[in-house]
Formats: sequence, C-alpha cells, structure tokens
Amino acid sequence: MSQTTDTADAVATQEALDLAVAERVGPSAAPVAPPVTSRRRSPMTRLGLGTDNPWVGRAVFVAFALVLLAIPTLLDDPTRIRQWAEYLSYAMIAVGIDIAWGYGGMLTMGQGVFFGLGAYAMGMHLSLEQVPDGQIPQFMSLYADNTELPLIWRPFGSLWFAVLAAILIPAIVAACLGLLVFKRRIRGPYFAILTQASALIFSLILIGQLKLTAGTNGLTNFTTVFGRQRYDPDTNTFLYYLAAGALLVVVLVAMLVVRSRFGRLLVATRDGEDRVRFLGYDPAVVKTIAFALSAAMAGLAGALAAPIIGIVAPDQFSVLPSILMVCWVAVGGRGTLWGAVLGAIVVSWSQTKFSETRPDDWVYFQGALFIVVVGFLPGGIAGTLTWLRRRVAPSPSAEPASPLSSALPVGAEGVVA
Amino acid sequence: MTSPSDVIETVVPPEATGDMVLEIRQLSAVFDGFVALGGVNFSVRQGEIRFVIGPNGAGKTTLIDCITGLTKPTEGQVLFEGNEITGTNPHRVVRMGIGRSFQTPTVFEQLSVIDNLDLAESFRKPMFRLFGRRKGTTPRVDATLDRIGLGAVGTQPAGTLSHGQKQWLEIGMLLVQQPRLMLLDELVAGMSPQERLDTGALLMELAVDHTIVVIEHDMSFLRRFATSVTVLHEGRILSEGTVEQVQSDPKVREVYLGRSRDERSGASLADASAPAGAEAGAAR
Repeated sequence: MSQTTDTADAVATQEALDLAVAERVGPSAAPVAPPVTSRRRSPMTRLGLGTDNPWVGRAVFVAFALVLLAIPTLLDDPTRIRQWAEYLSYAMIAVGIDIAWGYGGMLTMGQGVFFGLGAYAMGMHLSLEQVPDGQIPQFMSLYADNTELPLIWRPFGSLWFAVLAAILIPAIVAACLGLLVFKRRIRGPYFAILTQASALIFSLILIGQLKLTAGTNGLTNFTTVFGRQRYDPDTNTFLYYLAAGALLVVVLVAMLVVRSRFGRLLVATRDGEDRVRFLGYDPAVVKTIAFALSAAMAGLAGALAAPIIGIVAPDQFSVLPSILMVCWVAVGGRGTLWGAVLGAIVVSWSQTKFSETRPDDWVYFQGALFIVVVGFLPGGIAGTLTWLRRRVAPSPSAEPASPLSSALPVGAEGVVA
Repeated sequence: MTSPSDVIETVVPPEATGDMVLEIRQLSAVFDGFVALGGVNFSVRQGEIRFVIGPNGAGKTTLIDCITGLTKPTEGQVLFEGNEITGTNPHRVVRMGIGRSFQTPTVFEQLSVIDNLDLAESFRKPMFRLFGRRKGTTPRVDATLDRIGLGAVGTQPAGTLSHGQKQWLEIGMLLVQQPRLMLLDELVAGMSPQERLDTGALLMELAVDHTIVVIEHDMSFLRRFATSVTVLHEGRILSEGTVEQVQSDPKVREVYLGRSRDERSGASLADASAPAGAEAGAAR
C-alpha cells in the first residue's frame, strides 16, 4: 500500500464515518466485501473424495473392508497372504503417522520406537509361549546364567497383558516424550531430529540389553503363535484377518478422531499453534494426545507384526525403518487417511515386487519412487488422484484446482478426513 | 529527568467510572538492552474503549504481549480484575477472560467459518469432550455469525474470505468466547473504508457489555470511536486522556509532527495518520 492510497483511505474513511453518524449504520450491513468465489469446494473433503456426503465415506469404508476380506481368496498363496498381513500392519503405522504428521504437523521420524515396543511386548509373549510354564526362553540361558524369568518378563505370559502393553506402553512413552518436548515448544525439524535420535537410542538399548532382549538376534523361533502352528497355511490366513480387522478398527478410530472437534483443533494447531494458544487451548496438550494416539497405533501394529513376521529384532525398529514409515505416508499423501493406508501398502508391495524381480538393484527403484513422488507429486497418490479427478470432471460449484494448489506441501486439497 | 509516566496523572474519562478491569503497574520489558517498555502505568475501567496510539516501536504491541503472556515482562505487574496475572501462560490468560486479536488476521484457513467459531466457543470444554463431532451450530455461534455478517459464508473455508471478512471472523472468534476484556491489535489496518466504518459500528455495539483496548494507527477511526486515548512513545506513556485532551497536548504534537512543530503548529493530529499509516503499510 502506498502512502497516497493510505491517505486517501483515511480521508475516505472520515467522509464515510460522517455519513454514518447521520444514518447510524448497524453492523448488519456488514458483509460489504464482494462475494467470494470458493476455490475449494469444501475445507474438509472427506476421504480424499472431495464430497461432503457422509454416505460416500461410509461406502468407501465398506468397500475397503470387502476388498480386505477378498484378498486372501484372490491371492491363494500362504506366503503372499502372510506378506499382505504384513502390509496391513504397516498401514496401521502409516495411519498413526498421518494423524501426527498430516493432521498435527509433527514430523515423527521415530515411529519405529513405538512399533518396536509393541512388537517386543508381543514377542515376549510369543517367546514364553514356546517354553513350558516357569521355564525361561532359550536365549536367556545362552547369554546369562539366570535360571529364573526376569521380573519384567513375567506378566507377558498373559496374552491380554501383552496386547494391552503393546498399545499402552508406546502411548505412555509418547505422551511423556511429547509433553516434555511440546511444553518446551520444540517443533519442526528439531522435533524430527529428536524423534529420530530416539529411534537410534532405542535400537542401541535393545542391542545393549542382551540378557533381556536377545540383542541383535532378537526374539525369534516362534513355532507356535496363539496356540496355532506357525507354518500351517491356515495360520497365515488367521493372522491376515486379524491384521485386517485391526486395520479397520484403526482406520475407523482415526476417521472419528479427525472428524471430531479434536481433529479440527489438531489441524488448527498445525496451521497456527500460537493462534490456538490465544483461543485458550494448550497446543502442547493437543499435540501430545495426537502423538500418543499415533504411537498406540504403531504399537498395535507391532503386536501384530511380531507373529506375522516371526522375528522381533532391533534393526526393524531403528532409524532407517522409521524413515521408511514416513515415506509411506509421503507417497500415499499426507493429510488423507486413505492415502496413508494406500502408501504403506503400495510401497511395501512394490518393495516385495522389486526385490523379487530385480534382486540386485531394486533399492534404486525404490529410491527413485520416493524422489519422484516427493519431488513431483507432493500431494502423494491421494493428492494426485484428487487432482486428476478434478481435471477430468470439474465440479460445477468449484473451479478445477490449479496445479499450484496441488503442489502445496501441506493439505494440498484441504484437510481431508 | 523524570519520566513522562511519572508526570502524567491517569485521567479517567467521565463515561468510564466502572470497576477497574485492567491495571498495569510499572511494567518494563527489555530485550537485549532495548527498552520496549520502560515503567508503564496503565489502567482500564469497565466499559471503556481505550485506544493506544504511538509511532512504530513505541511499545504498543509489546504492551498487549505482556498482558496476554506472550512476552514475559522484565519488571512490573499486570492485574486483571484485581488478580495478578503477570507472566501467566497465554492460554490461561484467555481462560481468565482476556481475548486478543492480531495485526494480521490469523484465522484457520483450512477450516470452515463455522468451525473456526465453534473451536473458539468450545475452549472451556474439557479435552475429552472434544472427541465428539460438531452437530449443527449452537445459538451463540449462529448469533455471532449474524453479528459479524458472515452468515452467508458459514460453510466456506475461512481461507476464501476477504481480508476484512477475516478480521471480522477474528472478532467473531473473540466474541463467542465472551471475554470481559478485548485487546484488538491494529483492528482496521488494511480494511476498506466501508469495512472500517462497519467495524467501528460493531465496536460501539460491543462496548455496551465489553471493555476494549484498541491499538490503532488510523486517527479518524480513533476520533470517531475512542472514549479515552493513551499515547505511547519510546516505551513510556506520553499522554493520556480524552481525545480532545490528547489532541491538544503539545508533547503529542511534538512526537507526531517531529521537531518542526513551529512551522506546523496549526496542523491537527489527523495529519499524523498519513505517515503512521504509511509505515504500517510498508511493514506489510
């Protein structure tokens, strides 16, 4: 604004004001600005489908459930079914990361910690399942001369304790870490670095506590899982449906959360933490809750991954896997729950495919995939699909989203529930 | 040399004789040796519309920051309705009943207008109750939508609003919280003349049941709507009183018109709005 226009404004205001005194203009005459044409149809396009109709969201959820149900029949190969069960457990982690990062703006590079805590909780239970009551897992007599089960291991004989621990311990750890960090207003790259460091520390602790965790080898040799023979094909199908059911629950919880007032508040905190503070909310509490929720989802995923993968070892939960987990969400499209699910499945599936067809150089393909998506499709798969859909069939009430808007790094298509 | 704040007696305008809402005693804020506020005494009574003016860097925004807990004052006390709130965290200050707006409207652009208001209104709800979905709108949100004239765009994302509309939404977000004291930072900056006019009318209406402190550069706006004015200069209170009293204060003229007051002694305070406004414009 130049000085002249401002002065002109001031003069004009004075004149307008004098006029107003005569007429006593009420604020009901307020909406003076020209009607604003909506660039986006809705700020809360649900499920990346660009519609406000809740039935569309429900229909997609049901369709997704049916597809999950049908996959084992389509695959008809125990190994493939086991792999898909693994993908689905990864999808749970991705949904959690999406809540923390996509909706809450917290780039968590240490989700492997929570995945690992869940996996170890279940791994301990499975290890105890292999030995008769009162005996200790094999590795303990190898690495230490204790003949008694360590105190910390004892409650994990109970399956329900193990499941609860797999969900609650990550949530509690994340809540403590989150409160500490967010109260001190550590955010952005500092938060990312901090969480990444925690992943490194976690794996070092696991390796160091050889007598409790079996060190680098990890917990393995599960011949039975939940009383079933692990190498029985039916067990794979059983584990698959277990993972599918858990994923549906996780997605449902995530949908309810992001559509609730809390979900709105989380997005508000992501976009304007200080403004949220001046609404009377403590952003640290909001972020901590979201972070703990995402950790709980990763923990549950870990509890399922332990029997599915059949080994629980530190290198699964260190820095590199933690980064890969964020890549799933980036590829799928952050800020969209379905994008996160899709990203985890597509990336893990392609990883299997690449490694089978090009065992020598598949990592280059994977790297190229990440570069292409992050560099050229910032909205990820979900963002690109939405953009394409709008290009093909622009809705009458909204202009087609410009390529620029889909290139926005965060919530390219608005916050998608 | 005695500081101006020691000399100036707080002038209580005749129309504002209510209870003391805000009282600031000897407030100082020093950043790395720079004195943003140097021992300011300031008080606002129930029902006042107090304007705080002053050249850029006078400490106006720092004053509001110190009240709302964004900046911790180096020295001094802030009392709200008789209770000391110095250094309290911003979200607690808001919960006590002090609302503020910012120079640039900061609404949540991805959320709808209604969701913006709804989040503002829900601030006293316990966290676990926020896990429910918003069902429709509450009467207060509806009433506020009408009051700020955004009823027709309630479901639109706040990011699609015009600048003036965003500023109004921001006021609406303050209103639904029913604060007893509102601190408005450069309320009409960047607004069109018509929007300024409507904002002023809203301000008058609000003054019936709110106490308001407005930081402002626009002098015509001030002349129209202020009940009392405080002039800040270099972190100290230069003058305080009714609009007329402040306008005729020679110290104010000197600060606003520079050292060449002899040549321009006839100039009114209104002339000062141009350079001040231009500075604000340049800042944007």
